Amino acid sequence: MKAIVIVTLKPTVLDPQGITIQRSVQSMGLSEVVDVRQGKTFDVVLADGVPTDKGKEVVQKLAKEVLTNPVIEEFRIEWEQK
Amino acid sequence: MKFGVIIFPGSNCDHDCYYAVKEVLGKPVEFIWHQDTALKGFDAVILPGGFSYGDYLRTGALAKFSPVMREVKGFADKGGLVIGICNGFQILTESGMLPGALMRNVTRKYICKYLQLSTETTNSPFTNQLQKGQLLNIPIGHGDGNYFADGETLKRLNGEDQVVFRYHGENPNGSLESIAGILNAGRNVLGMMPHPDRSSEQILGSTDGKQIFESMVNALAGAGR
Repeated sequence: MKAIVIVTLKPTVLDPQGITIQRSVQSMGLSEVVDVRQGKTFDVVLADGVPTDKGKEVVQKLAKEVLTNPVIEEFRIEWEQK
Repeated sequence: MKFGVIIFPGSNCDHDCYYAVKEVLGKPVEFIWHQDTALKGFDAVILPGGFSYGDYLRTGALAKFSPVMREVKGFADKGGLVIGICNGFQILTESGMLPGALMRNVTRKYICKYLQLSTETTNSPFTNQLQKGQLLNIPIGHGDGNYFADGETLKRLNGEDQVVFRYHGENPNGSLESIAGILNAGRNVLGMMPHPDRSSEQILGSTDGKQIFESMVNALAGAGR
């Protein structure tokens, strides 16, 4: 099983890096880009044979307690089908 | 009275803190390795500045898994004095020992310079030798010092007199309400971005940081340590 954990800043939290990217690309002429939010992704591979329920529980715990700082960030998990 | 300075992989102000306690204050101090699982005989613990675990994932995020942190939590729960400076502050917020988070500076730059702090409370074992409103000349050196907390937490910090230091004048990093240092609810854990360890001797440009360490000595002496 493989999961992709996507961590982003909460919408209420200012993202100086995203703002800088958005402003910078204006000079490329990409005036259509009005907002950029920077985040992180983590590819998480589980051992073969881990039951689906257990795997989901493990990745949820990893995302919530390690990969994300709940004060400023939120996450979502996407599962990659074999 | 014995101080301990924790060494995480990537700490780089551990010797500065050790030196300040031993040579400037003249008090006993020992290093504590991050894999130690006992904190015996210490009265105060310093989490020094640096780049623990290379700042990987988020600043301070991986240090919370060092075995010694379980001991530090237990030590703080029993009332032991804990001060986290710079990366030490980041570790304390990531560990949940202090509320809020330290985000990337709003300027997106690492900032290293002297600036002024105002003392917001003297009701703590870290500021009992200071005057309320006293301005301190203490340097910062960080890329992630932009303090953030949700509205409810901020209200509580202000209401319970847990904000210890604010930047005076210029806010260097975008920190909420210019917060530079906060206490836990028990008032025995302090996190601050500025470096008292780099401002305890005149040769470094200021001795204002020394008063924070002296307050700790005073608090411990008053408790018979």
